[in-house]
Amino acid sequence: MRSGIAAVLAIFILLMPMSLSASPENQLEPLSFLPLWRPQAQFAGFYVALEKGFYRQNGIDLQFIQGGPNRSPGNYLIDGKADVALLWLSNAIQLAASGADVVNLAQVVQRSALMMVSRKSSGIVSPADMEGKKIAMWPADFQIQPRAFFAKYHLNVQTVTAANTLNLFLRGGVDLALVMWYNEFHTLMTYGIDPDELNTIFFPDYDLNFPEDGIYVLGDTWFKKADLLCRFVMASLEGWYYAFEHPDEALDIVIPVMEKNFVPANRIHQRWMLDRMQNLIDPGRNGTKTFELKESDFQRVSTVLHNDNLIMFSPNFEYFSKGCVHHAKK
Amino acid sequence: MLRNSGIAFKLGVFILTGVTLIFLSIFAVNYLSSRRLILKNLANNAENLTLNIVNRIDAVLAPIQKIPETAAIWIENTDYTREELLDVLEKSVRNNPEVYGSAIAFEPYAFDSSSYYFSPYYYKQGDDIRFTAIGGKDYHYFYYDWYVVPKELGASAWSEPYFDEGAGNILMATYSTPFYRKDGDRRVFTGVITMDVSLEWLQSIVGNIHVLETGYGFLISKNGTFVTHPSARNIMNETLFSLNEELSHPHMREIGRNMIQGKTGFTRSKDPGSQVEGYLYYAPVNANGWSLGVFFPADEALLDIHKLNQIVVFLAVSGIVILGIVIVSIAGSITRPLQHLTGVVQSIASGNLDTVLPPAVSRDEVGRLRDAFNQMQISLKGYIHNLTETTAAKERIESELTIAHDIQMGILPKIFPGPPSCPQFSIHAKLIPAREVGGDLYDFFFLDSDHFCFTVGDVSGKGVPASLFMAITRTLIKTKFNAGVDPATVMTRVNEDLSMDNPSMMFVTTFVGILNIRTGHLWYCNAGHNPPYLIVAENDVRPLVSPQGIALGVMEGFEFQNSEMMISSGQTLFLYTDGVTESIDTREKQFGETRLKACLSESIRLSTEDMVNAVVEQVQEHAGTMAQFDDITVMSLRFFGAECQESKG
Repeated sequence: MRSGIAAVLAIFILLMPMSLSASPENQLEPLSFLPLWRPQAQFAGFYVALEKGFYRQNGIDLQFIQGGPNRSPGNYLIDGKADVALLWLSNAIQLAASGADVVNLAQVVQRSALMMVSRKSSGIVSPADMEGKKIAMWPADFQIQPRAFFAKYHLNVQTVTAANTLNLFLRGGVDLALVMWYNEFHTLMTYGIDPDELNTIFFPDYDLNFPEDGIYVLGDTWFKKADLLCRFVMASLEGWYYAFEHPDEALDIVIPVMEKNFVPANRIHQRWMLDRMQNLIDPGRNGTKTFELKESDFQRVSTVLHNDNLIMFSPNFEYFSKGCVHHAKK
Repeated sequence: MLRNSGIAFKLGVFILTGVTLIFLSIFAVNYLSSRRLILKNLANNAENLTLNIVNRIDAVLAPIQKIPETAAIWIENTDYTREELLDVLEKSVRNNPEVYGSAIAFEPYAFDSSSYYFSPYYYKQGDDIRFTAIGGKDYHYFYYDWYVVPKELGASAWSEPYFDEGAGNILMATYSTPFYRKDGDRRVFTGVITMDVSLEWLQSIVGNIHVLETGYGFLISKNGTFVTHPSARNIMNETLFSLNEELSHPHMREIGRNMIQGKTGFTRSKDPGSQVEGYLYYAPVNANGWSLGVFFPADEALLDIHKLNQIVVFLAVSGIVILGIVIVSIAGSITRPLQHLTGVVQSIASGNLDTVLPPAVSRDEVGRLRDAFNQMQISLKGYIHNLTETTAAKERIESELTIAHDIQMGILPKIFPGPPSCPQFSIHAKLIPAREVGGDLYDFFFLDSDHFCFTVGDVSGKGVPASLFMAITRTLIKTKFNAGVDPATVMTRVNEDLSMDNPSMMFVTTFVGILNIRTGHLWYCNAGHNPPYLIVAENDVRPLVSPQGIALGVMEGFEFQNSEMMISSGQTLFLYTDGVTESIDTREKQFGETRLKACLSESIRLSTEDMVNAVVEQVQEHAGTMAQFDDITVMSLRFFGAECQESKG
């Protein structure tokens, strides 16, 4: 019942942003937001902040645009279809280096969840074992880390680009698959694969940590609405904290949104995803602040991209990172 | 506890326990075998049902598979025009009612060197067949499962089920066949032909599976995703492994893995959804490797047998109760007379011998027991009657013996002459009979003022006959003494009288002495008696020698002889019967003459009375706890004689 109410409320808010902002007693500033992908617990903090009214409390009338495979956050940002979007750091740096005026407000995911899995039976335990093997990879920026990995270890690996890496992997079409720790890795478990049947390679373990989801806007938007944007960041942060403290309630908010958008949803899987997001966002370790973009991470990603000839020069970190966490304190 | 219980109770417990055990064994065997039979039937039914549905699904999917496979052969072997290609594609959608849409998707620039994407697609919309070209900046079809999986596998493949937004969110699956072009000897991958099939009909086919009350069927894809399930929420959202935390249980996970690996099986399982215990039959759909499962709850499967069990248990319990009542009544009819008899016998046992036994009603063991008790009662009565009489007679005899004892003791002289009334000598004697009356005797009396006669005798045997013989002997001795008669004459006469008519052949040893209390002259005659001792001084105790005489009453006409001697002043004469020297202790050692002499020697300074008591005490001390065997008689006579005269004079 509770989730039902949450779903109705979420839809209501999604459909009615204009009318709300237009009402005189509600002096809410409109803002549109596009996450990286379809609704799932990867974005639980944002959905929770919306559902719990944290955005409205911060004077934001948020238009939550549902993400999906056909909605490129970069394009939406540049085309002005979304004020705020989630981008991977590697993607954002490329955009910035190619001349797009995108700036980072906050780095949500600190640690790369991208990983490679193979069946134990294929005997791939070290980078060298991957020589001549076939790997299924998602298109575009997902391939930056694995390609850098192959280059680093001078591997000749056959790559197959696929929108869904798992079916190809499960049916024996490839030896390895690129998966996300918080998502497809656990999906394999729900497909009857036991963890001990798999070998895993995490990129951060090979000095290829690419922080992933970050909150981005165009520089122009930043200069006009810095305060509003940072209120958005802080409300989102509040949403994440709330989601980690109340995981069941967070799932009760996220799952109805998934069902409404015909996204296959099962609770165990979403719970796994939320728990992993906490691991990835967790500020506790290394003295990193939640939502802070570290310059070392920025430099590492830039260097890899530069070496890969994906960028000609590294954007200016001072300009690129707006650091809403610090800004808000000022 | 059982040991102290009644026969009826024991009988009931043992028989009912036995019957219950037999019933339980039969019940268990019956339950297990009928359960096995029922489950076997259910498994057969489930198998038939599952295979039937699987075959029906295959019957739909298999022909669909033929379409793109035939088309692929045609494409590979024909120089087709764009129009011919579209015509074939359009017809394959139009002529196959199960097909929702069909596409032929080419590799980049493979159909037309000027176009990166080429993928014509016909699909149904209502009754119309519509056309669209797939591919574009936002839809790189090369990356999708329906394209990339057959491409990489080099074989036809069914996609995982998916919801098609364009077709109105209906559940679909796509069958894709790769096709190739010949480049010399090589076959170069050129694209795939796809058939989109609506899976809505699966819902109704599988949804119509009903086993028992709530048993149902479900279909899962190769990944374990629910394609159909009674709970619509699970379809496409959950897999067999994600539905419930319980499914992480190894057994359930193993079942799921068997299913997605295309195995067939019947196993005990939990309902993947509700976790109810039950049974699962599963078999694969051959066309696409999906798996159909039919689950039915164990409760329902075994409902009939449980009902039957309830009836059986009810009948068994009723039977056991009736049997119990029968046992109690039979056992009661056996034990009731026994209980009655027990009560009466207890009354008899407490002494009431006149209690009347219940009348005999049967000739069984109880009847015979009653007769035995009756006989016992009669015997007991007779015995007690005899005992009463015997006891009375014994008491009478004892009473008479007591009187006889008193009489016997009464005839013995009680007053012992001695100083100061008789300063010439001192005498003391004691007789202790072994029984109420004894055969020993002693006596003394004055024949005249100077002559003092004394005698000690011992009759053969003991008890009443001896005491009577003793009385006769004493009387005879006393009456035969006249003034001036010597002891041997008296002995001879008494012997005459005793021997003359002595049918019981009794005899008596006797010592008779006459002491002249003025001179110390002693006349004496010994008729077979222990020689008395003359205590002369300390350590000088001499037996009084005399011609050997026989006991009185043995030989008629025997002539006894006198002996005589002088007793000096202060000497003591000690007479005794063999009860003294033959007294035995607990080790059957006799007191003996040596000890008697020693005792006398020690007692030399005691008065005659103390000497007698000292000897008796020593004998009794010697005997200890041993009952006195023979009559004991001792007599001590001390002569003072001249000294007294002088002192008087």
